[in-house]
Amino acid sequence: MMKSRLFSSESRLSDLITAHPSLLTLLTRLGISLGFGDRSIADVCEESGVDTAFFLLICNVYTFNNYVPSTATILGTDMAGLVPYLEKSHRYYVDKRLPHIERHLDAIAQKLNGRIGQVFISFFKEYKREVVEHFAHEERDVFPHIEALMGGKKDTTYSIGEFVHTHSDIEGKLDDLLNIVFKYLPPQVDDDNVTDVVYDILRLSEDLKKHTFIEEKIMVPLVQHLENAILK
Amino acid sequence: MMKRRLLIVEPSEVIVEGLKAILDGQIRFKVLEPESDIDHLEERILSARPDIVLINPTLLSNVRHLQGEHAMALVALVYQYVERDELKQYDAVVDIRDSRAEVIETLAQVAPGEDEPVKSNYELTKRETAVLVQLAQGKTNKEIADALNVSVHTVISHRKNITHKTGIKSVAGLTVYAMLNNLIDESALL
Repeated sequence: MMKSRLFSSESRLSDLITAHPSLLTLLTRLGISLGFGDRSIADVCEESGVDTAFFLLICNVYTFNNYVPSTATILGTDMAGLVPYLEKSHRYYVDKRLPHIERHLDAIAQKLNGRIGQVFISFFKEYKREVVEHFAHEERDVFPHIEALMGGKKDTTYSIGEFVHTHSDIEGKLDDLLNIVFKYLPPQVDDDNVTDVVYDILRLSEDLKKHTFIEEKIMVPLVQHLENAILK
Repeated sequence: MMKRRLLIVEPSEVIVEGLKAILDGQIRFKVLEPESDIDHLEERILSARPDIVLINPTLLSNVRHLQGEHAMALVALVYQYVERDELKQYDAVVDIRDSRAEVIETLAQVAPGEDEPVKSNYELTKRETAVLVQLAQGKTNKEIADALNVSVHTVISHRKNITHKTGIKSVAGLTVYAMLNNLIDESALL
């Protein structure tokens, strides 16, 4: 990975968004509101109380597919914002993206024959239930453990090894859904809902892949380090 | 559609003429002048560039070296006892007791040809469809293997192909696919 291609704190935030519009959906989750004018990333972060290095780390991970931050980078960054960011992302997926997709799918299901429509929509509902459960587990067991460790507590109620062992992918079924929607729906249901929802699913799938990446390549090494440092 | 070039390597004229009669009029194959002299076989393959070589396995103990750089299918032409291990070198086996249709089917499958329409390559085969229907009904690999009288390994291989073709991995997703394609009706669902 060429360092020079990664974003720097001196860039204008607006330039970053213009070059990579998909980062726009990250701003709220990272605690930054629109209306930042022409200020630099460092200035906007400071005004919003967001750690600049942490902000850049997340933006770099989202933008550059081959970028895997080193342990040194992770440990050298203030990670206080990590758990709040992950939680906000969970809310964004569960409260915004999934219901949005569900509305489109409901409209599509209406046009399918009764029983097929039901099976189609229940596939999505079951997926949504799995995602909600997946996130709930992390919020219940994993995140409190991280916050305790970050607060310097000797928390042994949970070990990140367990997370590594059991963390399942939540994008797989979304990719199944994508294939079903754009390849196998009968032509008579073809309308704006179908094309819209294909884009929505693609975006969510990409977003979830990065979310999983952040958990596995940033959160896990961080927690392993904290567990080793505090528990030994 | 490009014809598959078929080279028959067999000393018996009766057998050669019988095969030629079966394949005569088959637009999928061009039967090359048969070869009976094993000593000139390598040379012949280089010049004739067959897509399929249909050869009597008793003529040569090691046939794989014939392929060289040339992408061709090797099919054993069997009418007497041949060691099982011997036949493993071949891509397929034609037994002279096979029916006309079986002979043609074996040869067609072994060299499907690159110019086949892409569509058919991605369509599920009958066997894959049968596995899919059972999957959608909630059957395990073992149960499917028993029902279709194949090994679990074969079921898994069919499942891989189904996923590769459809892009759908989960059983729930495949069930939706099966319903949308009218492969199952609601009464078949649990």
